[in-house]
Amino acid sequence: MIRDHFRVLIVDLSTGQRTISDIDGRDTVAGGSGLAAMLFEKYGFLGKPWDDPGQPLIFAIGPLTGYFPLMSKTVCAFKSPYHDQYAESHGGGRSALSLRFADADALVITGKAKSPSALIVGSRQIELKDVHYLWGTDLQVAGKILRRMFPGAGHRTILRIGPAGERQSPMACITADTYRHFGRLGGGAVMGAKNLKAIMIHGDASFPLPEGNAYAKLFEEVYAKMTDTDMMSKYHNLGTPINVAVLNDIKALPIRNLQATADPATAGITGERFAEVALLRNAACAGCPVGCIHIGFVRERFQKENRYLYRQISYDHELIFAVGSMLGVMDCFEVLKLIDVAEKMGLDVMSPGVALAWATEALGKGIITEKETLLPLAFGDSTSYQAALRHMAYGTNEFYQLLSQSTMKAAERYGGGDFACVLGQEMAGYATGETFFVSQALGLRHSHLDAGGYAYDQKPKGKTVEDAVKFLIQDEKGRCFLTSMVSCLFARGVYTDEVLANCLKSVGYGSLADNMDTVSEEIQRLRWNMRIRSGFRPENVSIPKRFTEITTWKGQIDTLFLEDLKKEYGRKILEMAG
Amino acid sequence: MRELAMKILTTPRMERCIGCHSCSLACARLVHKRLSWDTAGIRIRSSGGLSTGFEARTCLACDPAPCVAACPTGAYKQRRGGGVVVTKKLCIRCGECAKACPVDAIYLDTSGEPFVCIHCGRCVQYCPHDCLEHTEILKEASETAEHAAEQTGEAAS
Repeated sequence: MIRDHFRVLIVDLSTGQRTISDIDGRDTVAGGSGLAAMLFEKYGFLGKPWDDPGQPLIFAIGPLTGYFPLMSKTVCAFKSPYHDQYAESHGGGRSALSLRFADADALVITGKAKSPSALIVGSRQIELKDVHYLWGTDLQVAGKILRRMFPGAGHRTILRIGPAGERQSPMACITADTYRHFGRLGGGAVMGAKNLKAIMIHGDASFPLPEGNAYAKLFEEVYAKMTDTDMMSKYHNLGTPINVAVLNDIKALPIRNLQATADPATAGITGERFAEVALLRNAACAGCPVGCIHIGFVRERFQKENRYLYRQISYDHELIFAVGSMLGVMDCFEVLKLIDVAEKMGLDVMSPGVALAWATEALGKGIITEKETLLPLAFGDSTSYQAALRHMAYGTNEFYQLLSQSTMKAAERYGGGDFACVLGQEMAGYATGETFFVSQALGLRHSHLDAGGYAYDQKPKGKTVEDAVKFLIQDEKGRCFLTSMVSCLFARGVYTDEVLANCLKSVGYGSLADNMDTVSEEIQRLRWNMRIRSGFRPENVSIPKRFTEITTWKGQIDTLFLEDLKKEYGRKILEMAG
Repeated sequence: MRELAMKILTTPRMERCIGCHSCSLACARLVHKRLSWDTAGIRIRSSGGLSTGFEARTCLACDPAPCVAACPTGAYKQRRGGGVVVTKKLCIRCGECAKACPVDAIYLDTSGEPFVCIHCGRCVQYCPHDCLEHTEILKEASETAEHAAEQTGEAAS
């Protein structure tokens, strides 16, 4: 619904109180990332720990959600168990359209349920149900039961957590509709701390469209760009896994705990290889005709006779890197098996993959022993890693409890911090060089999507620190406006400032369209303000030695440039936060 | 009786569906002037979880249509070639049409207003995987259907 304010559903799990609040700010923070930060400022407690029952878990959509193609993501914000600071995590599936059609711009969940519960929200329903019998179930089992329990198949989202979230591991994700995730920084643990196994959002309302034909005409133009041109072909074709071969070719693919950046054996896990032998079908987030979700399969012989079962598992570049190249697992079916275990456990795939890569090297170096790992972890040994992922989810011993908090927590206890591949959190799958390393290490989400540092690294040489910082700040500004709409960042080539302004105007947000630059700056400031006030200190972030030891297509890492860039970007972040 | 060429919406390639809902959104946007994935003549749902694919809920162009027989006011009339023509001003929001439909193709909004496919085919071009088709069929039209079509035209009103 087009409104000049936000309609926010607030649920207190402790008291059961449910409120609908009209909140101003559409023309200053837009929605999505901006709205989430504003709501965190209003309902969060910057000085209290992440698991204080009062802390909010926020889901926010934007002014264009559902109105245009690929406006299909939801921003989730919370105080992170990973670093006990403000955090954002983005997810898709049907979450965004379900919230739109539940007639809410945001859902704010505070308090802690008395027993394991499921929250059900719709345009005419807000209900909390006891689901203690689901506590302890893996995500596949929980998903099947939850689907049976609640109405709205096809027009709802079911957000849920697995054993890792219940145990409050900072590597626990929130899974949306089987194949999408609010993956990083521990949103799953926040749900776990609230005794919340699942959130079901039923999108059961409909709204009038703007009068006149401007909106419908513009929709056609945008839709045609998304589907008829080559702009989205990367995502439609091989998907993000196309990056595996590309990065390997330029010596920028993290391999075996970043001990290498290229290896011919990665031919077994390229996007091309996956498409050839393991791709089963594609799927889409609701409202996205591109359908970038790639679903592969594994089959498993479970009896001596020829008896098999099969599973469908979605894959992306980041997952293939984390439990493939990073662990030296160079067979696509073995990669899918590892993703499958992490999925069932409700673990974000990226962080545990990178953490286990560190553990493997640490074991090899004798820093830890099998007494800690319980398994003979070795690069390429998928079977051991499958068991290790379960240990991480359940926190089987002290070692796995620490490792499932973060690689650095384990390194602080056992040593080996020099080769921990951590950039604010466990690294993303790009070893492109200095700008990316700094961008992820200091980025608000510690994500490769905060700013295009990996692309900047691939531009011709002759860069200065000043230019790189300028690029990172400008690029982040544009992206945080997009994530306030809330667009999928894969559509950033289509949604230029001009197109976005036209979209906003066509549905009645003329004032927002006229002030995009100012609003972007305000959103950027507000997000950083939340992060800094909740404890982030850019000067305390270190980039481990391993990142300076690699060789890419450009040669050795320029450590001086790296340090200067980190220092200057950190200074600018503090300046932006105000 | 005589043969008539009419077009109906069919969903012959739903195995290809990725669940983007572009068809439903297009129908709601273009035919019913609404932002919705419900108030549409075609609606997509997963068939027992996302891992088992998707199915379309849409009118199968019955002739005779059970919803026409169930409608107490004559708001529903048989469409030539199958399906129905709905005159909304005659509808009393009783919901009998939706109850009568054997394939759950009619959506009732919260006020009881029915939404059913009018076989215009406008959703077809929005499917990125060509799951849908606007198919020409030859049917022997009954005199009743011809009469109804003459009276009501072919667009939903």
